[in-house]
Amino acid sequence: MKKLKLVMVGNGMAGVRTIEELLKIDPSLYEITIFGAEPHPNYNRILLSPVLAGEQTLDDIVLNPYDWYHDHGITLHAGKKVVEIDRIRRKVRSDDGTEAHYDRLLLCTGSHPFMLPVPGKDLQGVIAYRDIHDTNTMIETAATHRHAVVIGGGLLGLEAANGLMQRGMSVTVVHVNAWLMERQLDDVAARLLQHSLEARGLQFRLGAQTQELVGGDDGRVKAVRFKDGTEVPADLVVMAVGVRPNTELAEQAGLLVNRGIVVNDTMQTVTDPRIWSVGECATHRGTAYGLVAPLFEQAQVAANHLAEFGIARYLGSHTSTKLKVTGIDLFSAGNFMGGEGTEEIVLSDPHAGVYKKLVIQDDKLIGACLYGDTVDGGWYFKLLRERSSVAAIRDQLMFGDSSRQSGARPA
Amino acid sequence: MSATPQETRSTCPYCGVGCGVIIETQAGAITGVRGDPEHPANFGRLCTKGSTLHLTASAAVTRQTRLLQPLQRLQRRGPTQPLAWDTALDLAADRLSGIVQAHGPDALGFYLSGQLLTEDYYVFNKLAKGLLGTNNLDTNSRLCMSSAVAGYKATLGADAPPASYADFDHADCLFIAGSNAAWAHPIAFRRIEDAKRARPGMKIVVVDPRRTDTVELADLHLAIQPGTDVMLFHGMLHIMLREGWTKPAYIAAHTSGFEALQAVVRDVAPEHAAQVCGISVQDLYEAARLFATSSSTLSLYCQGLNQSSSGTAKNAALINLHLATGQIGRPGAAPFSLTGQPNAMGGREVGGLSNLLSAHRDMANPEHRAEVAAHWGVAQVPGTPGKSAVEMFEAAADGQIKALWIACTNPAQSMPDQATVRRALQRAEFVVLQEAFASTATAEFADLLLPATTWGEKMGTVTNSERRISRVRAALPPAGEARHDWAIGVQLARRLEARLRPGQTTLFPYATDNPLAGVEAIWCEHRESTRGRDLDITGLSYERLDRQGPQQWPLPEGAPSGKVRLYEDGRFPTPDGRARFHATAYRPVAEARDERFPFSLTTGRLRDQWHGMSRTGTLGHLFGHVAEPTVQLHPDDLVRHQWKDGDLVTVQSRRGSIVLPVQASTDIGLKQAYIAMHWGAEFLSGCSATGEALAGVNALMPSAFCPGSKQPELKHAAVRISRAELPWRLVAMAWFPEDQALTVRERLKPLMAAFAFSACVPFGPAGAPDATRPARTGVLFRAAAPEAPPPELLVQIEALLGLRDTDSLRYIDAQRGQRRTVRIEPRDEDTRVTGLLLGGDTRAEVWLKTLLQEDLPAAAYGRLLLSPGAEAPVAVVSQGRTVCSCLGVSDLAIETALAHCQGRDEDRLGHLQAALKCGTNCGSCVPELKRMVRLIKPVTG
Repeated sequence: MKKLKLVMVGNGMAGVRTIEELLKIDPSLYEITIFGAEPHPNYNRILLSPVLAGEQTLDDIVLNPYDWYHDHGITLHAGKKVVEIDRIRRKVRSDDGTEAHYDRLLLCTGSHPFMLPVPGKDLQGVIAYRDIHDTNTMIETAATHRHAVVIGGGLLGLEAANGLMQRGMSVTVVHVNAWLMERQLDDVAARLLQHSLEARGLQFRLGAQTQELVGGDDGRVKAVRFKDGTEVPADLVVMAVGVRPNTELAEQAGLLVNRGIVVNDTMQTVTDPRIWSVGECATHRGTAYGLVAPLFEQAQVAANHLAEFGIARYLGSHTSTKLKVTGIDLFSAGNFMGGEGTEEIVLSDPHAGVYKKLVIQDDKLIGACLYGDTVDGGWYFKLLRERSSVAAIRDQLMFGDSSRQSGARPA
Repeated sequence: MSATPQETRSTCPYCGVGCGVIIETQAGAITGVRGDPEHPANFGRLCTKGSTLHLTASAAVTRQTRLLQPLQRLQRRGPTQPLAWDTALDLAADRLSGIVQAHGPDALGFYLSGQLLTEDYYVFNKLAKGLLGTNNLDTNSRLCMSSAVAGYKATLGADAPPASYADFDHADCLFIAGSNAAWAHPIAFRRIEDAKRARPGMKIVVVDPRRTDTVELADLHLAIQPGTDVMLFHGMLHIMLREGWTKPAYIAAHTSGFEALQAVVRDVAPEHAAQVCGISVQDLYEAARLFATSSSTLSLYCQGLNQSSSGTAKNAALINLHLATGQIGRPGAAPFSLTGQPNAMGGREVGGLSNLLSAHRDMANPEHRAEVAAHWGVAQVPGTPGKSAVEMFEAAADGQIKALWIACTNPAQSMPDQATVRRALQRAEFVVLQEAFASTATAEFADLLLPATTWGEKMGTVTNSERRISRVRAALPPAGEARHDWAIGVQLARRLEARLRPGQTTLFPYATDNPLAGVEAIWCEHRESTRGRDLDITGLSYERLDRQGPQQWPLPEGAPSGKVRLYEDGRFPTPDGRARFHATAYRPVAEARDERFPFSLTTGRLRDQWHGMSRTGTLGHLFGHVAEPTVQLHPDDLVRHQWKDGDLVTVQSRRGSIVLPVQASTDIGLKQAYIAMHWGAEFLSGCSATGEALAGVNALMPSAFCPGSKQPELKHAAVRISRAELPWRLVAMAWFPEDQALTVRERLKPLMAAFAFSACVPFGPAGAPDATRPARTGVLFRAAAPEAPPPELLVQIEALLGLRDTDSLRYIDAQRGQRRTVRIEPRDEDTRVTGLLLGGDTRAEVWLKTLLQEDLPAAAYGRLLLSPGAEAPVAVVSQGRTVCSCLGVSDLAIETALAHCQGRDEDRLGHLQAALKCGTNCGSCVPELKRMVRLIKPVTG
């Protein structure tokens, strides 16, 4: 019989993982077509930072080489951006006119970096940090220029800054908040992080409001000016102030969009049951996830339904964070800031540069923030997801799973 | 300030043995101390306390704990502020004379000390009884020796110990009652050990409710029930009479009043006596036999007899036995009272008690009063007996006594019934404290603090237990603005004269600007007062003491030497020349244990501490043997109440309560409890349910005193003991440089009352003092509370202990009241724990404390230093508790050595000493070593 047609828009990690899961369950159900805006096969976006830092090469981070698509009979349109969905005729069209019919459509358009709407944001040398192109730009600039400014002291910004520094640039991180990575760290851990990054040579401007990017005669950025009038020199400005889901296509197609493409627990769009969406572009129960772990969980559910099993449900994810800067161990999960009705256990070891905070509510672990020693991060994350009572092991909790079992662990 | 080393002969300021010391000084600092080989008391030996005297006089200790300038407290409990000496003395004179004019001289109370020198005493005695005309002058000898005084006077007619230390070498029977000489008079005990070694035939009987280290040397131990001594002695006499062991000839020739005594002891059947005393009839019989039939019997006794509501009767009943068996006036035969303080004897000689006058004169005797008045050049001395220590503070608490002048003693620590004492100190209009140390509990109550000189600075004379007068010489000038006690007395007296008897020539013509001349002038005046008295020393002079060394009294003009032994001729200083038997029936303790207060609490001394510890308590080193306060109970009593070693208990008497850890000890009997008398509020405190600070062990003890001697029963109280439900625990400790630790402890002291239980003590490095390590002292703060205290309080303690620096490891679980802080410092490619605080769950103390105190490498523990629980993440091996303080040998080391050491006990002790050197320096630990040798059998095979 004739195979169903599955078209996927977006060739990123979440989407391709969905295909992989699907093929695992039923390799023969669909004739699969994939459109990808980037002229590359699926690669591990998370590992761009090590590439930037010169610790890995692009080849190292490719997840699915072209052969993989070929071997699985998948048609890949790399470098073709889908610009239209015709839900009536059930076909998509890319910017070069390529069309594909679908019985089921998988939207994995991901997200795009948010660019601060400040004067000079279009100057030469002002970029985001999202894909291989951005990474290459940074690598090339690092070879020819000296001063870099990274706007945004979050996960991505710090990785970019570290990478640029590894490549010899003098880097200043500009952050509007009072401390770094406020969404992943409390202030104490953030200060520890800042100190160790400063020790490596990074400079910081915290609580700094960017007013404009100052350009030179050559049309290239030459400085960042702040609201207080001060400036820092910049031959390169990397914006890492967050991402926005790519939803233009979906909106155009009349799908309900609320920050992201709104999906239900089966990862189907609430508007059109033929259309699934996973990844950074999707909003599930009001949340659009930006980290890889939840996206893979979404992929599993979507694949399950695409394979017509129809049993899996996605209920949302707890997220946890690790910073991929060599030599800096950092982990956070859940509500690590604590607050009303929560209890905190805190441990600090300045000698080893270690800080740990566990947040407990109703005898359950609801948050963890680890700096310097993240060995037990996985265990805490497990406890946190299981929402099991920790009352019985509370006094040992801070010293980790291993110490709880053996009573001792060489630190 | 010569840079060349100098040596000064003086005496030890601790117990009444009165050892001679040689103080080594260099560049204006005391650099060492050693026993004076020529001093007849010790012949070069010193105990753990004496041999560390120089450390208590170091610049660091002086700066941190001494009172170095006059201070005034404008508000009670408020801060003090310095003032000039003249201002201070004028103020004192104004207040005192004002009170005298308004209320009469008996509104004043002078409370002095058995640690003052004879000259100090003399001046204050003359000041109070001569110039001011009040007999309200008493001393802490009232808490110490007044029963011995009364006992001697009631029987032998004069307050004169008839024997000498030399008699140890002649006695065939040593009868030691109510004395733990092994700890309280170590050097005397060394001489007893020597005597026993030289003549193993010498029998030693020890009477003590506890199995003390003194018992180690005993052939017979009578573990009597507390306070039953009189019953024991009467029972012994009953047996002696029945067996015909008494000496009727001696009784007939030299005594009176035997019939009355016979009438009393006739009813004391041995079975009854044995039952009351809680000993076997056989032991009672054996004790009587040894005492009576040995060719010479020397009895030694101390606070066990004195600190009792029957103190006089106990002393007299024992002396009765000597008289009845003629065991007196011969070598090795005498009732020998050991004095507690270095110069209690001197105080007694100058009449430094509220019922005495100079040179063993009696206030009740009009002729004596006239003699003294003439000697002093005053119209009269008052005849009404003054108030004794307990009465004085009760009178102050009741508002009769308006001003208290306290010199060289610490009533807020050492007096019984602290509640009353503290009420007295608060109610009195004017409290003056003349002290060397600023750190005593009493200092907190004083309106005026006058800095006095102390050991190493003082000059004058002292008399020890064997009537031997020694010169005390200054090795250093006074510290800071400190002045000699006698000089303070003279300068006060002259101001009072100006106000009370203007225009007349002074009664105090002693040069304070030339101390040596001044102090000698006072002594010469005192000497003259002894002319013709039993203690006549008219044959003595400073010059002779310098030339011939310490001398025993009496030593009248022309006598070649002092008397080694008294009453050899059988004549006694009584009107008829006969000794008097003292017929008093047995009376039980003032507070017998009952259903509501079912434990008999007794008190006593520690080997390495002395009195209120204002001096010994400055050396962490001396806390190695006993580190912290405990109440000892028999293990069976612990089991019965389901208590464990270390559990906190509340010990409550009818007067007050304290909280401290319980400790199992087979040394004491069932239903008995024991707490060392040293633990005052300076080291052991807390807060009662009603919010008052706990006042240490003497909050428990009764003020009930002996009608004859007025000495309070500091040795016994009926108490109830219950578990203290204080689940939240705290232990915090840290090392400090020597010149900081004591200051830190002083700053921690005010926080002690913030917890239901608290103890704050210094500690030293485990093991011997080690030149390779930096000199340092530790401070330990232990507390417990019903629930976790506010974090600010713990932060405050952390700050004082230097644990707030960012380098400290921390674990905080506020909701659980869990707080752990550990300070580590890098050392020799590793780290060391130098400070810690455990709040909430303190079980980790067992290994963390060892890491800190024994300076063990800690890097391997990493963050697990913060982990809870008694089990060390990495095994820790402790050296154990220090037994030999001099050479720092621990109990574990000794146990290990003994386990592999066969043979007879004597040989094993020899091997032990050869192998570990323990007990080979001062010997204070030898009794404990003997006990360990006896208890720890070699592992066979």
